[in-house]
Amino acid sequence: MSQLYEAESADVVVIGAGHAGCEAALAAARLGLSTIIFTINLDSIGMMPCNPNIGGSSKGHLVREIDALGGEMGKNIDKTYIQSRMLNLGKGPAVYSLRAQADKNRYHMEMKRTLENTDNLYVRQGEVVDILTDENNNVTGVVTESNALYPCRAVVICTGTYLQARCLYGDTIIQSGPNGLRGSSHLSECLKRLGVPLMRYKTGTPARIDKRTVDFSKMQEQKGDEKLVPFSFENRPEDIAREQVSCYLTYTNQKTHDIIRANLDRSPLYSGVIEGTGPRYCPSIEDKVVRFADKDRHQIFIEPEGEDTNELYVSGMSSSLPEDVQRDMYRTLPGLEHCRIMRTAYAIEYDCISANLLKLSLEFKDIHGLFSAGQFNGTSGYEEAAAQGLIGGINAAMYCMSKPPLILDRSQAYIGVLIDDIINKESREPYRMMTSRAEYRLLLRQDNADLRLTEIGHEIGLISDERYNRFLEKKQSIEKEIKRVNGVNIAPSEKANDLLTSLGTAEISTGAKLSELIRRPELTYDLLAPIDEARPELSDEVREQVNIQIKYDGYIKRKLKQVEQFKKLEEKKIPEDINYDEVMGLRIEARQKLAAVRPVSIGQASRISGVSPADVNMLLVHLER
Amino acid sequence: MLKVNLDDTIAAISTPVGSGGISIVRISGSEAIEIANKLFIPRKGKPLAERKSHTISYGNLVYKGEVCDEVLVSLMRAPNTYTREDVVEINCHGGIRAVTAVLEAVLKSGARLAEPGEFTKRAFLNGRLDLTQAEAVIDIINAKTDKSREAALKRLDGRLCRKIKALREDILTMIAHIEAAIDYPEHDDETMTYSMIADGVHRVSGAVQGLIDGADIGRIYNEGIKTVILGRPNVGKSSLLNAVIDEERAIVTDIPGTTRDVLEELINIGGIPLKLIDTAGIRDTDNAIEKIGVEKSRKLAEEADLVLLMLDGSRKMTDEDRELISLSENKKRIILINKTDLEQNIALDEISTLDPIFVSVKTDMGIEQLYDRIKEMFLKGDIAENDEALISNERNKNSLYKAKLHLDNVLETVNNRMPEDFISMDLTQAYESLGEITGESLEEDIIDKIFSEFCLGK
Repeated sequence: MSQLYEAESADVVVIGAGHAGCEAALAAARLGLSTIIFTINLDSIGMMPCNPNIGGSSKGHLVREIDALGGEMGKNIDKTYIQSRMLNLGKGPAVYSLRAQADKNRYHMEMKRTLENTDNLYVRQGEVVDILTDENNNVTGVVTESNALYPCRAVVICTGTYLQARCLYGDTIIQSGPNGLRGSSHLSECLKRLGVPLMRYKTGTPARIDKRTVDFSKMQEQKGDEKLVPFSFENRPEDIAREQVSCYLTYTNQKTHDIIRANLDRSPLYSGVIEGTGPRYCPSIEDKVVRFADKDRHQIFIEPEGEDTNELYVSGMSSSLPEDVQRDMYRTLPGLEHCRIMRTAYAIEYDCISANLLKLSLEFKDIHGLFSAGQFNGTSGYEEAAAQGLIGGINAAMYCMSKPPLILDRSQAYIGVLIDDIINKESREPYRMMTSRAEYRLLLRQDNADLRLTEIGHEIGLISDERYNRFLEKKQSIEKEIKRVNGVNIAPSEKANDLLTSLGTAEISTGAKLSELIRRPELTYDLLAPIDEARPELSDEVREQVNIQIKYDGYIKRKLKQVEQFKKLEEKKIPEDINYDEVMGLRIEARQKLAAVRPVSIGQASRISGVSPADVNMLLVHLER
Repeated sequence: MLKVNLDDTIAAISTPVGSGGISIVRISGSEAIEIANKLFIPRKGKPLAERKSHTISYGNLVYKGEVCDEVLVSLMRAPNTYTREDVVEINCHGGIRAVTAVLEAVLKSGARLAEPGEFTKRAFLNGRLDLTQAEAVIDIINAKTDKSREAALKRLDGRLCRKIKALREDILTMIAHIEAAIDYPEHDDETMTYSMIADGVHRVSGAVQGLIDGADIGRIYNEGIKTVILGRPNVGKSSLLNAVIDEERAIVTDIPGTTRDVLEELINIGGIPLKLIDTAGIRDTDNAIEKIGVEKSRKLAEEADLVLLMLDGSRKMTDEDRELISLSENKKRIILINKTDLEQNIALDEISTLDPIFVSVKTDMGIEQLYDRIKEMFLKGDIAENDEALISNERNKNSLYKAKLHLDNVLETVNNRMPEDFISMDLTQAYESLGEITGESLEEDIIDKIFSEFCLGK
């Protein structure tokens, strides 16, 4: 190795400036630690190499939680969105899903601007090739390809899909990261040297096509919502009002499927060239056609990538078929008959780890001060990455300040579910957040992310006093109004019954509690305003909370009861120095899994794949002896 | 999600079942007092929850408006209790009926049936027992958790297991439909309508009720073997009933048939509780009202666990006799040939293959033999082969109850036209309750199901 020179030192170094890296670096710097963020290319900060949107089912929840904790993703998408929709309305408040189409380039520019203008944060282009540790396995610094040594106390690895990346379509194999960006070829070796086993995952992206060559009249237009809901709790709807662009819906057909089937042998996915494991929730179009052979068509969404570009994202048609086949198959779609491809679809393979190696703080169990977040941890998705980045960055800072880490549990946040899952569950494919994974999702709504987490964000130091005070006011007015409503009785007056009849619900013959009326399926808090005379003037947000908390009170209470049970087991701690070989009656598989994951509580132990209830009972007996 | 059985509230009958003048239902856990408070109506004074620790109160135990029994309730607050948790002991009248009713009320109000040895296990885990005592207990726990679980699964009737798996699959399909639509909002796979869900839930719920009604060993043990005496008028049914009752002084309860037109008598034969269904008043020696129709007999036989079919040995068989033989063919059945003290006119070749017992109710001949046959049938066969079999089965029943409750909630949610998320919530709980019987977990099931059934993704 050539002579190293000592460059600047820092408290925290973040490797990678994707969605995880940006949150990690901003959090650490905002907590007052000097932070350097490295990226292979400054023009790829906050890049969205795949779909051009943020949010959606459960992912929208993550973004709102990130915002409530003081992260950046919500604010950045509020600045740069070009279409916004609330999905799942009518399926229950817990699963309302906010999703916005992003102007990709502006998203990147705004994120870059924010990083560049954050105190304590230095942005540096360069590939990190080595992480240095001392004899006690403490992180001491990183080295770049230019032989520069950056001494530091904590490192957050956020390398996304760049480690030993290769992109594939047909016979074409390119050793590169996403979007033709250079991959990272040395860090994998370094990690192996540090004793970190690596795995190989795969994902893919569809082609981008030229807007001028698409006939939108043959597709179904999908407009944005008129009623806007910002991602960030700091923004009001009027703050983010703007002209929105449309997306378009079209379908594959028999011809598309014939072309795909005829060329399957030319796909590296099926010829065995691809080694990595791909996700079930993000299958390539060839996968869909093979696995769901009886389906005669698949939905395809055409989404603009931004306002200053003609590139359109063909959502639902990621592929690793050869370029000529891609062209032919895209052209079978109504509206795409004459489309021209601007970027070819490809599959990408990369090195990542099993998150079983990490603690719940996202620190490596065996390397002090080394944290990791995002796709490197075996997840997928911008939002999942950002959520981990935020926690990794906060905890790297906490580590430097010798403070206890921030750990959110499954009853507090989707972020808690996400991290708990990846650390305890066996990982067989890239992990995607889903609402079905959150057993307490009724409590983890996107509307109440601020009520759940602002307090924590403030305590850590990422939420300003000003924002916190505003939040307290909101919280108090919700509580006050709920209390008031619970005490209101509605008399069976003519006015009341006229209103009830007009809303399609039964009249009342004796006095009724206002709260009971709100719980009727046809009614809401707002609809009953005319007969609730003493009602104060309240904001949309407060009224929404009052309605949800009263209307679904019974269900919410049942969930809270489950959470109580859950908490009891979480509070039964397992000492760090436990020797599982000494625990009587454990099955061998459970013994190995427990020793590998090293759960902190009985609750966590019970969620590890391969640990049975009987094993947990044995563990309880052991702990009480 | 896995269940660790330590933090919920448990209950069990803590006195030997079916004997003694008093039976006790013990409840332990954080909700013990809350549960007892809901059910206990004190004769006078403050509600139970507001009373002092280590006091005894007198009143009625009432579930859904019906009095289960007149009881004494001991309230013992943590930590000075056997388990170091809140403990409530409900002293009720002896005999199976009352104590079972009380236990069921407690279970339906939120407690879970205790595993064998679980009170002791909690006492240990909560630090009440010392280390030497604990060593002994650990052995018990080892045996009772691992083995009894295995045993329970092994013993679980293969048919029941398959049935439950099929029901769970039905529920899972409904959940997967709802969840796929939630997690992939724009996806175009057909969504389930309220009526589709209601139909599906009705189907599953009916099947679960069927399993509950299906009279497994646990119910027989707890409620008695439902026994019906069938036979033509004048064959001696009422004499038999009276003979048995006179002889056995252990009449436990006498429940007037308020909702049905039969009386039930609970008697104890060598430790086996027998619940005799008095068919349309056969105790009444007035033969005029003894006659019951074939259809009614068929129905009674269907509901019974045991049919005692009585023929008159002094007469020739009639078509009605043959009909009764044929309609009870698939039941556990004992054929009694009465009036052996008289001249015999019955054609033996027609019934010898049915292994009849010859009795004379009048002279008490053959009654012992009848008791032996009943014991043989139920002691050797299913019942009391092993305590664990009973208890794990009772636990299964408890899970079925819970599943049923959650399914009822789904229907209510559907009726109220609540959004899908809430439907999914109750379906999930029903799925988990059934899964407790087969020992399977939830979350990965749903995710796998979603991705195997639906073509999703960007």
